[in-house]
Amino acid sequence: MSTAALAKQIRIGALRMTSRGGASHIASILSIADIVAVLYGQTLRVDPAQPRWPARDRFIISKGHAGAAVYVALAERGFFPASLLDTYFKDGSVLSGHFSHKEVPGSEFSTGSLGHGLPVGCGMAYAAKLQSGSQRVFVLLSDGECDEGSNWEAALFAPHHRLDNLVAIVDFNKFQSLDAVEKTLNLEPLADKWRSFGWAVKEVDGHDHAALQQTLGALPFEKEKPSCLIAHTLKGKGVSFMEQNPITWHYRTAKGEEFEAALKEMERA
Amino acid sequence: MRKVFAAQLLAEFKQNQRLMLLAGDLGYGVLEDIVKQCPRQYLNVGVAEQNMMGIATGLALEGYSVFVYSIANFPILRCLEQVRNDVCYHGANVKIVSIGGGFSYGGLGFSHHATEDLAIMRAMPYMTVVAPGDRFETAQATAVLARHVGPAYLRLDKLDKSLPDSAAAGDTGFSLGKARVLRPGKDVTLMASGGIVFEALKAAELLAQEGVDCRVLSMHTVSPLDVDAVTKAARETRALVTVEEHTVTGGLGSAVAETCLEAAVLPHKFYRLGLRTGFATAVGSQEYLRKQYGMAAIHIQDTVKRLLG
Repeated sequence: MSTAALAKQIRIGALRMTSRGGASHIASILSIADIVAVLYGQTLRVDPAQPRWPARDRFIISKGHAGAAVYVALAERGFFPASLLDTYFKDGSVLSGHFSHKEVPGSEFSTGSLGHGLPVGCGMAYAAKLQSGSQRVFVLLSDGECDEGSNWEAALFAPHHRLDNLVAIVDFNKFQSLDAVEKTLNLEPLADKWRSFGWAVKEVDGHDHAALQQTLGALPFEKEKPSCLIAHTLKGKGVSFMEQNPITWHYRTAKGEEFEAALKEMERA
Repeated sequence: MRKVFAAQLLAEFKQNQRLMLLAGDLGYGVLEDIVKQCPRQYLNVGVAEQNMMGIATGLALEGYSVFVYSIANFPILRCLEQVRNDVCYHGANVKIVSIGGGFSYGGLGFSHHATEDLAIMRAMPYMTVVAPGDRFETAQATAVLARHVGPAYLRLDKLDKSLPDSAAAGDTGFSLGKARVLRPGKDVTLMASGGIVFEALKAAELLAQEGVDCRVLSMHTVSPLDVDAVTKAARETRALVTVEEHTVTGGLGSAVAETCLEAAVLPHKFYRLGLRTGFATAVGSQEYLRKQYGMAAIHIQDTVKRLLG
């Protein structure tokens, strides 16, 4: 399956899951659909037949509220049956609204509270260095999540220890929970911040598969430095009325006509 | 007790390369031998406790057993959500070591008083909570936790003393989750966690002179609590007094009360000795603060006499 086809599956799957389950955060999920598709479709060295294969790449979704995108990717890659996705956010399911690893093959780490992923990724990357392992550690963060101080503690740590097996991807869709990032707590100049902490930084259009594939295919960006990829994205990408009202669609569940309209746009893409 | 801890950990490190120690930029005069002799197993992560706990979790998920070392509330309260979500939820092999239990750093002020830690850590899922009372218990607890699977909290006192030999009292040594009988007795049971057990022993001697026979238990493991020792004491003696350098809310005293009620073995008399003023705002040494806040031997003695009427 091409990464573009996987992204389409992620969008449609997550729309169905959030709609049936009555869950939020569809706009945040659509924002990372292409990144997650490139990761699971091409970049990550993972094996569905051996989810705990020691040399696998580790992936942590630190913005756990968009975990539905990863659940779909894992199912599409064959880590578990796609039928499990239908239980998402429902009573008795193992697939919680925010990303959980319990009884979910292929998942590394449970998140949901922001600012937890990068420190844990540092620990995993440090362990890989100690063991001279070839695995890499990828952590996907949201832009609003960059408000959390724990990320900047980790941002100091990784370059100090030359963790060039660590990759932080920031989903920079410019909107956080209640308002635009620049109106809430400005992050700019974001690339300069990471660079000044000692990371090798690249910026990319987070919906351009060729660009994502190329950038994530050439890691680390610099030897002996952790890599930071700032992905410029659109919150709600792929559904015009969500792109236009990204804050509303941080919370709202697409039902009825809205669901049908969103699905139609996704299927046409 | 921190030096005993460090010496024991060094011995464990030499046997097991999968043990690690993370320090939050603290440990001057304590951790040097480990740093020198096992540099690959040691990491000072800087003054960044949230990151420290995340890193510990990441290492643990990759197969290491990680000791995290800091003082007072820094490795628990500062990063409590990392403890809960990262360490506990994932059942990670992380052993949180806080030196400076209770008023160990008394004169430094309230920020350095660990007086809610037992309650909070006891509430953390899967967390084993240990507060050794002396050098022997500290070395034993360190050795046991180096082999223990799952999260644990080790609360160390700053004092560096050894309890008297208690073999004659029927004590069979250190076993996680089992109280140690430091002194046999049939009238009253004094139960203490951490270095304050020395005050309980002193009180038992004072009371013996007045004809009151006290059993003294070192409750070095606060969670899981030794249910048998507690219910036995409630059945066999006329009063239970818990002693902890900690708020009376949620710590040893609460654990003992919960245990008795649920086992339907009600102590005839019961009292929790501990901090009842919220914060200890007076300035002074550990010994001074114990006296100031009603946890010294004389207060234990008075409490027992009041309970026995």
